[in-house]
Parts: sequence; structure tokens; C-alpha cells
Amino acid sequence: MAKEARGGASRRACLKIMAAAAGGAAAGVGGAAAVGRLGRAPEGPWRVLTPDEARLVEAVAEQIVPADRDPGAKEAGVVRYIDRQLDGPHRRFAEKYRRGLRSLVQTSRAQFGKPFEALSWPEQTRLLQALESGKVPQGIWTDPSSRDFFNLLRDHTMQGFYGSPRHGGNRNYASYKMLGLEYPRVIGQNRYAGQPG
Amino acid sequence: MANKHVNAVIVGAGAGGGVVAKVLAEAGLSVVLLERGKWQSFEDTTDDELRSQRTTVLGNAYGPDDARYRRVIENPDGSTRIVLPSEGGYNNNAACVGSGTLSYGAMAWRFMPQDFRLKSIYGCPEGSTLDDWPIAYDELEPCYERAEWEIGVAGSDEGNPFAPPRKRPRPMPPFPYNKEGRILFDAAKRLGWHPFPVPMLRNSIPYGGRPKCIHMRSCCGFACPINAKCGTQNTVIPAAMATGNCEVRTDAVVSEILLDGRGKARGVKYFDAGDRLQEQTADLVIVSASATETPRLLLNSKSKLFPNGAGNNHDWVGRNLQGHCYCGANGLMDEDIYEEAGPGACVAFCDFSHGNKGLVGGAMMANEFIALPYAFTNTRPPGASRWGLAHKAHQRAYYKRTIRVMGPVQEMPVFESRVRVDPAVKDHWGIPVARLSGRRHPHDVEIAKFVVDKVATLLREAGAHDIWTWVPGLGGPSGGQHQAGTCRMGNDPKTSVTNRYGQVHEIDNLFVADGSLNVTNGGFNPALTIMALGYWVGEYIVKEWKGGGRFRA
Repeated sequence: MAKEARGGASRRACLKIMAAAAGGAAAGVGGAAAVGRLGRAPEGPWRVLTPDEARLVEAVAEQIVPADRDPGAKEAGVVRYIDRQLDGPHRRFAEKYRRGLRSLVQTSRAQFGKPFEALSWPEQTRLLQALESGKVPQGIWTDPSSRDFFNLLRDHTMQGFYGSPRHGGNRNYASYKMLGLEYPRVIGQNRYAGQPG
Repeated sequence: MANKHVNAVIVGAGAGGGVVAKVLAEAGLSVVLLERGKWQSFEDTTDDELRSQRTTVLGNAYGPDDARYRRVIENPDGSTRIVLPSEGGYNNNAACVGSGTLSYGAMAWRFMPQDFRLKSIYGCPEGSTLDDWPIAYDELEPCYERAEWEIGVAGSDEGNPFAPPRKRPRPMPPFPYNKEGRILFDAAKRLGWHPFPVPMLRNSIPYGGRPKCIHMRSCCGFACPINAKCGTQNTVIPAAMATGNCEVRTDAVVSEILLDGRGKARGVKYFDAGDRLQEQTADLVIVSASATETPRLLLNSKSKLFPNGAGNNHDWVGRNLQGHCYCGANGLMDEDIYEEAGPGACVAFCDFSHGNKGLVGGAMMANEFIALPYAFTNTRPPGASRWGLAHKAHQRAYYKRTIRVMGPVQEMPVFESRVRVDPAVKDHWGIPVARLSGRRHPHDVEIAKFVVDKVATLLREAGAHDIWTWVPGLGGPSGGQHQAGTCRMGNDPKTSVTNRYGQVHEIDNLFVADGSLNVTNGGFNPALTIMALGYWVGEYIVKEWKGGGRFRA
């Protein structure tokens, strides 16, 4: 069996939004402040994430797979997938989430003076691009690094959006419909007649 | 209560062990087949992409589990890390009855005659322990034939002038090409190449009392819902059990081969489902636990005569760990090439398996198994965005328009690429775990560069734009599901672990029957060769047994 091919991972061009924040990481950041409170959290109940964390994860996930003519991460229930797995096979990432989300809150405050969820869509995009490329204020991101954390969230978002609905994401088979793949499948039905072409 | 003494105990019910069980049981030997995993079927994990043999982000569908198993990886800089079975570095083979043959893509390759004689044909690259096999293709040929007929292979050599000689056709006709296959077939023909259908351990017609394939898109990496895929779990192992001479014991984790004071094996120790330590004595011990677990078991089995592990007085157990240096290319097409006709891989080319100037061997090339939606999120041309609206647009536009061809490049054996046992880390049962170290030989990368250039030529001819190639680096330890080479066979006890029959040089009632025996790993998926070796080893044991019972303790 062949291994999965990995396409070349690209790095987006970084935007020069960092200069102002350099050295000013502490400004407006209340130490190890909890994830901020803003607006309504997505509907629980949550197993691992706090409601505030769930709202923040959902905002990031929606940036990673945005709604367009097809549903995005939010509508597909990606945050529910992530929360469930953090109470299961992904338990080992729970602490990383906690620390990474705290660093994300601090970065947003340091660079924009407000919580991530309160940023405009383009501002959120720019901030995540900065995380992805590692161009972030020094002192905030140690463990995990901003790249590690972004890649983790990106990967988990993709899993939640494209994986089986049984794990809490891909609500109403959103991604299968988007790709034109039949689901659920009935084994032995005519579309698997056994004669390709 | 003590377990009843048997003629043969076999460790591992995969491609090799399952075959040996059948051969011995049919010859009338009493056999216990020990398997650390369970009997599994499609219903256990169904078509869940996130929990399959190919994508393990939510765990291994077919074992082993993250709770009880671990390994240590030694990085090239000497530092180490502990890896869990569902993590890539673990180099996992499935832990269930049938092992990888339950969920594999099921390509059914015979190695080519040249693959057994690489050193004689090409010479040995500096820094490699390359050698010829002690057996020739012609000797193994009848065993390939038995594997094809008793387990079940669909295919035809028509169109492949490089096909190794055979006496009998395969029992089932080849599968038709899907749309991607037809496009690649035509393109290869225009280039003067020789496309032909990939041989498959999968039913193209009803065979062995099981139905014909229904072409699930989720085939490779999954158990088959209708049992149309032919593994050892639904062929030779049930046949062994049907003789009344073979008992399959699952949830049996073998910790040690028992060695007596005269240098013979007298059975194994294992932990049962309740973690109770059991002893199974036998006249013969056959280890077929994979190229990482087989050497681990030998190294964990010490005695006064074998202070460094069973059969390891010359320090070759665990050496020469190999896998495949997989390389390939992807291309974007202007029209849909996707068909709901799994598993996907269907057309192959052996034009560059051998005879490539300045290179030792080469690789078979074939179109790739269908990438499921999550796996496809990592298939992107260089520079493409991995997220955001651009990600989604690419996913929609190209999920059904990405053409992919890959090849398993044969790796040069390296003495320092190896399996040891870790001095400190233990598994759930307190057994020292495997520690993997080493990296590829630079020549492997040279071959891969040559191969992907050919693949790119093919994709261009097929009409792809935006072609991007993929060549692995030296990496850490290679192995993966195609792991091989760690108890290699040979005529010289100083440079091999077993003789030409898989019999450990220093312990004549201890055998190896899995990919560990492979001196080299072919430019092909190795499952059918491991099955053939199972017949080869099993038939030798039966012949010796009937000829005088020299193994009897």
C-alpha cells in the first residue's frame, strides 16, 4: 500500500503587520488571562473547551474553512468535532490547545487591541497568516510555537470538516455534498455495480 | 493449566504466518497460531477515513492501540523520541488476524528475477550491505503460483513484456481500468511505454466462495464489507483451522522465545487477553511478526548461548531495515477523471523497474489509490494556499481532477538502519520496545529523482497542467507497512540471520517467515512475495519433518 502523497506545503506571503507589535507583547495583556468573553458561545454542551474557548476555536476554524456557496466550518460543526476528540483520541493535545488559545488571545490584544472574535474578517485572516508564518511578537509563543498551533488547528479543522459525521463534524454531510460524493453509502447498490466505466 | 505441547507455534497471523499455518496444518502438524490482535471485520470501523489503516489521526482501525504499545525512534542526531502506534514515525503494521492483508490496497506483485540478484547485476553502492538473495526467482516461482491460486489474484501479463516468467496464469481475469487508468494507458502507449493492469489480491469474479469486488472508493486502508479482498484472514487461516490441526489464539502478545541449554527453541512465552503470562511449548517456533516485531522478539530472547538475542551471535538481527522510497507526481487536469470505482490504482508500468543507466534497480509505477477528502487536503501544488477560500475552491475544483502516479523505489540495505530493543522503554506488558534508527541510502533518492521525472513526463502526455513531483529525502528510519530486511536470509552465517529456508543459522528449530527475510525489497509492494516466502518456508519444514523429524525436541 502506498503512503499518502504530501503536496508541497506552501507558506503564504507574510504581511508586514508585526512591526508595531514587536517588543510590545505585554501591552494590554493580562498575563495568563483566560480566553476573552465576547458574544454568545456556540451551543454546547462542551466536554473539554470552555464556552469562550469554543467560540474562539470556532472563529479560527471558520477562517480555515469559510462559508461560501457551501457551508463552512461553523455550520459543519467543526468545533464540536474538536471538543469531542479532545475528550478522546486527541486528549494529548488538550494542554496545547489551552496554551495556544491563550497565546492567540494575547497576540490579538497586542496587535489589534481587541479579542480575535472582534476583529474584522481581513484582520483575522492577517493574524492567522502571521501565526502560520511564525511572524509573531516575541515572548508570547513559546510552547506551542505559533506555527505548531496553527498547523494543529488547521489539521483538526480539516478532519472535522471532511471526516465522518459520526465524530461530531461534517454535519449533514456538508463536505461530501460539496465534493459531489455520495453519502451515506448503501453497500452493494447499483453505483457499485462492479464495472468501472 | 499448562497449554498442550504442539508441533509448531507461529507468532503473528499476517501475510507470512497465515500461510505457514496452512501448510503445516495440512501436512498434519499440530499448530498454534498466536496473534496479538483480534479477528476484525468491516463492521468494526466501517469506512471511517479518520480511523483507517491509511489515515490514523483518530487511532489505528486495525491495531495496535495507543494505550499499550509504543516504540522509540532514534533521530539522525542521536536524540530519541517515543512514538505511539497511530503516529507516523511508528512504522506500523496492522495488529489483527490477517494483519495488513485485511485492509491493504492488495497489489499482487511478483518480484522480477533481477530483484533477487541486484548485487550481481549492478554491483554494490558504497555504504550499502546489498547482496543477492540466496534463492533465485525460479525457485520461488511455484510458491508465487500457490499464493496466487490459494489466496486469489486477478491479473494478466498481457501488455507487460517485463513480466517475470510464469507457468500458470492467474486464477482471475484482470480488473478493467477506471477513467484515470484509461487516460494513463493511452498516454503511456503514445510514449512507447507498456501499460498493463495492476495484479490484485481481490476478486474480479466470484472466487474462493466469496463475491466479486463492488469497487468501494474506501478500499485501500479498509476491510472489505463483502469480503471481496483476499487476505490470509479469509483464505489460508480458515483453511488451516478447517484441518482441525490449527488453533488460532488472539490477544496473545508474545514476549520471549524460550531457549534451552542446548541451543534449541522450546516454545514461547506470551501474555493472554487477561494479561496472564502463558507458556506454549512446541517442537518448532516460527516467527512472522513483521520486520520490526520479529527482530524485537529475537533480541528479547536471550540465553547463555545467545547473550545478545536468539540467532544474533553475529549481530545481524535487526540490521538492514528497509521500506520503500516512495515517490511520485500529481497533476491537475481540465476535466473530471474521478470515477466512483475504487480502489483507484489499476494501471501500472514496469518500463523503469530495471536497466536504468547508472542506477541500481528502479520502481514499478502505478496510478494511486483514491485519496479520500481529508487526505486530499494535503495534496496541493507548491504555493497553493492550504486554507481559506482558496483551499475550498481547490478542493471543489480538483478533487475529481487530480491525476496521480507513484512508485515504490527499491531501497539499498544499510547496516546502520536497524531495529534494536530500547534499554529503558517498555510496553504495557513490561516488554522492552523496538527502537528504530538509521536512514536511507543516498542512492535511493537518486533513483526516486529519475523515476519522478518519468512520471512527470507521463502526466504531461496525459494532459495534466501544474504537475508537481514528490521525492523523499534520506529521512529517519524507513520501514512503514512495507518494512523488510531485518533477519535476512543468506548462505553465509556471518552476514545473514537465516539460511535460504528461513531457518535461523544457529537454532535449527527456529524459523522466520515474513518480510524480515527479504534481502532486498523489490521495486514493488511486497505482500505477495511475503506470502510466497510463507509457502517456501512452510514447504521446507514439512519436507524435513516428514523426512526424519529432525526438529523434534
